[in-house]
Amino acid sequence: MLMENIFTQLPEIFSTTLWTILKIMAIVIPLMISVAYLTYFERRVIGFMQGRLGPNRVGYFGLLQPIADALKLMFKEIIHPTKSNNFLFLLAPVLTIAPAFAAWAVIPFDAELVLSDINAGLLYVLAMTSIAVYGVIIAGWASNSKYAFLGSLRSAAQIVSYEIAMGFTLVGVLMCANSLNLGEIVIGQSGGILQWYIWPLFPLFIIYFISAVAETNRAPFDVAEGESEIVAGFHVEYSGMAFAVFFLAEYANMILVSMLAALMFLGGWLSPFDFFPDGIVWLLLKVAFLLFFFLWFRATFPRYRYDQIMRLGWKIFIPITIFWIIFVGFMMQTPYREMFH
Amino acid sequence: MKVLIVAEIKNYTMNFGPQHPAAHGVLRLVLEMDGEVIQRVDPHIGLLHRATEKLAENRTYLQSVPYMDRLDYVSMMMNEHAYVMTIENLLQLKVPIRAQYIRVLFDEITRILNHLLWLGAHALDVGAMTVFLYAFREREDLFDCYEAVSGARMHAAYYRPGGVYRDLPSKMPQFQPSKKQSTSEINKLNKNRTGSLLDFIEDFSKRFPTYVDEYETLLTDNRIWKQRTVGIGVVDPDRAVALGMTGPMLRGSGVEWDLRKKQPYETYSDLDFKIPIGKEGDCYDRYLVRMEEMRESNKIIKQCIDWLRVNPGPVISNDNKVSPPSRSEMKEDMESMIHHFKLFTEGFHIPKGEAYAAVEHPKGEFGTYIISDGANKPYRLKIRAPGFPHLAAINEMTKGHMLSDLVAIIGTQDIVFGEIDR
Repeated sequence: MLMENIFTQLPEIFSTTLWTILKIMAIVIPLMISVAYLTYFERRVIGFMQGRLGPNRVGYFGLLQPIADALKLMFKEIIHPTKSNNFLFLLAPVLTIAPAFAAWAVIPFDAELVLSDINAGLLYVLAMTSIAVYGVIIAGWASNSKYAFLGSLRSAAQIVSYEIAMGFTLVGVLMCANSLNLGEIVIGQSGGILQWYIWPLFPLFIIYFISAVAETNRAPFDVAEGESEIVAGFHVEYSGMAFAVFFLAEYANMILVSMLAALMFLGGWLSPFDFFPDGIVWLLLKVAFLLFFFLWFRATFPRYRYDQIMRLGWKIFIPITIFWIIFVGFMMQTPYREMFH
Repeated sequence: MKVLIVAEIKNYTMNFGPQHPAAHGVLRLVLEMDGEVIQRVDPHIGLLHRATEKLAENRTYLQSVPYMDRLDYVSMMMNEHAYVMTIENLLQLKVPIRAQYIRVLFDEITRILNHLLWLGAHALDVGAMTVFLYAFREREDLFDCYEAVSGARMHAAYYRPGGVYRDLPSKMPQFQPSKKQSTSEINKLNKNRTGSLLDFIEDFSKRFPTYVDEYETLLTDNRIWKQRTVGIGVVDPDRAVALGMTGPMLRGSGVEWDLRKKQPYETYSDLDFKIPIGKEGDCYDRYLVRMEEMRESNKIIKQCIDWLRVNPGPVISNDNKVSPPSRSEMKEDMESMIHHFKLFTEGFHIPKGEAYAAVEHPKGEFGTYIISDGANKPYRLKIRAPGFPHLAAINEMTKGHMLSDLVAIIGTQDIVFGEIDR
C-alpha cells in the first residue's frame, strides 16, 4: 500500500527510475549471494574430490564462510603500488565487474521474468562479455608489474581468440532459432528434451562450453592467473575489496556463461519432460549442473600452456564451428530441416 | 640513408622468486625474457645456507647425524645413510645384517616419500591440484612409519654409525578418541595399526600400487599433461653425464646408472628390483621413470618385510667404542659404564684418513666425504648434493622454452634447497 502511494505521488520519471532500480536490485542481490555461495560450493566440492573436507567451521557446515571472507576482504587495505597509475588501477576492477553484471539485463529467467526484453539480446550479451577484457588489460598495465603485465597480455589474447569460437557457436543457435532474442531462443526449444538445441548442435555445445571455460579464465585455461607461473597474473598487485571485485566478476561470469549455455542449448526454464511444469527451477538446476563441471575441471586437469591454448582455439575450434555452421545451413535446405527447426 | 626505427625491441629481465609459489622453497632466478620465451636463466642460490659442513667440523660425529636430516628435508634418512656409511668405511665397521635390511627398508620408504612430494609439487606446478593432495594422503602413512621407529615424523636421526638406533617396534602408535572424533571413527583409523610396524608397512605396500594407479589415471595419459611435459627440458644422454646429473634425471635420458646396482651397498645385491630408464630425456620420461621407481621401491619394501619377519638379530654393531652399550650392561659392568661415558661426552675418534661414500638418493647420488685427522670430529666434511648439478643445468634445459615450461622444468628437477644450499 505504502509503495503504491509513493509511486503514484512521485512524478512519472522518478517512479520509473525507482522501479527499474528495484528490479535491478532484484537481480544483482541474488546474483551476489549466488557468487558468494558458488565460492563456498567450489571449495567444498573440490575438497571432497581431493579427499578433504573444505571449509566446515564457520557456521553450520561452514555456510557462513563466504560471509566471513567478504568481511575480511572489506576491512583490508587496498594497496596501491608506488608507480602504478592510480586512476586506471581503480578503474580496472570497475570495468571488469560492470559488464559482468550488465549482461544480466537481458537474461530471461522465465517466460515473463526478464529485466529488458530486447530483440538483439544475444548481441548485447556478446558485447558485454567482450568489454570485460578491457578491465583485465588495464589492470595488468596500471599495476606496473611484469607479472601482472604478462598475465594481462595472456588474458587479452586468450579472451579475444575464444570470443571468435564462441561467437561462431552462437551463430549456430541463431540459425536454429531464427532470433537474437534469448526468450525466443528458449521458446524455440519447447516440446521436451529432444527439442533442445544441444542435439542438432552438439559439437557447438561442447565448443561453446570449453570456450566459456576459457573466456572466464578458469582451469585448465587459467594461464592469465597461472598460480604457479605468474603467481596471480593481472590481479597480483590488488588487495582487499579491489581484489574481491575481480573475484566477484570471475564468478559472476561463470554463472553468466552457464546461464547462457542453459538458455541456448538446454532449453532454459523449460522442463525436460512434458509432465513436469516449466519454471525457473529448471533453469537454476541446469545452471548448477553446468557450474559443477567448472569445478570438476579445476580438480582434474593440469594447466595448458599459453601457446597451446591459442592453437586449440584457432586451429581446432574455429574450423570445427565453421564446418558445423555450414553443415547446419546445408541440412536446413534438405527434408531433414525439422531436426534443426 | 635513413632507417626508420619504429620501436626498439629488447629483452627484459624478470625476477622469479624467492617468494614464488613454484620456487620450491627459496629458489631465485633472474630470467632474461623475449616476450614469453626464456633466453637465459640465472639461478641465485644461498638463501637457505646454514653452513652444515662447517657446523659438522665443530661437533662430534654423532652430533652431526641430525644435521643430515635437514639437508634434503624430504628424504631424511637417506642423507643420514650416506653420512653413517662414510663413518663406517673410515672405521672399517661391520653393520649387522638386520640393520642393513632395516636401512634398505627405510631407504625405500624414504624414496617413496620423496617421489610423492616430487609428484605432488610437479603436478601442482603444471596445474593439476588434486594429485598433490592425493600424494600427501599417502605421505601421512609413511610419516607414521618414521614416527613409530624414531619418534619424529620427519627428522628421524635413526641411522647410527654401526647400525640403527633401535629395532623395529612391535606396536604401532594408535589414534586416541577425542571430542572431535568418536570411538568408531578412531577404530576405523586404527584398523591397520593393531599389529607391529612391519604389519603396518606391509598393509601400506599392499595398498600402494593402487594409489600409484590413481595418480597415473590423472596424469599419464592426460593430453594436457603430455602437452606440458613431452619434449620439454630435453637432455641427451651425453650431456646428462657431462653435466653431472645423477638419479632419475640421468636415467630419464636413458643412461642406466644406479648405485644400488652398480656399486651395491647394504643388501641391495640380494634384492630383486629393476632400474627403469627413459628414452627421450624429457620431463615426461623423467615422470615415468620416477613413477616406476615408486613401484620398484614398493617391491623392495615387500622383500625386506619378508626377510625382517623371520630373521631377528642385533641392529647395531656390538663394538662399544662406537655404539653405546645396553642400559643394563651399563649399570653393572665397569667397562660398559666407561664406554657409555666416553661416547656421550667426547664421542668416538676416527683414525686419520679420508673416505667417500654415496647412496642412491631419490634425487641422485648423494655422497659425503670426510677427512679425519684422528680427532672426534671431522677435519672436513663435504657433501655432494645431487640437486646442485641439476640446478646448474637449468639454463641449458630451459633455453628457448616458455615461462610455463620453466616451471615444469623446476618441477622435474625435484629441487630441494636444503641440500643445494646446505
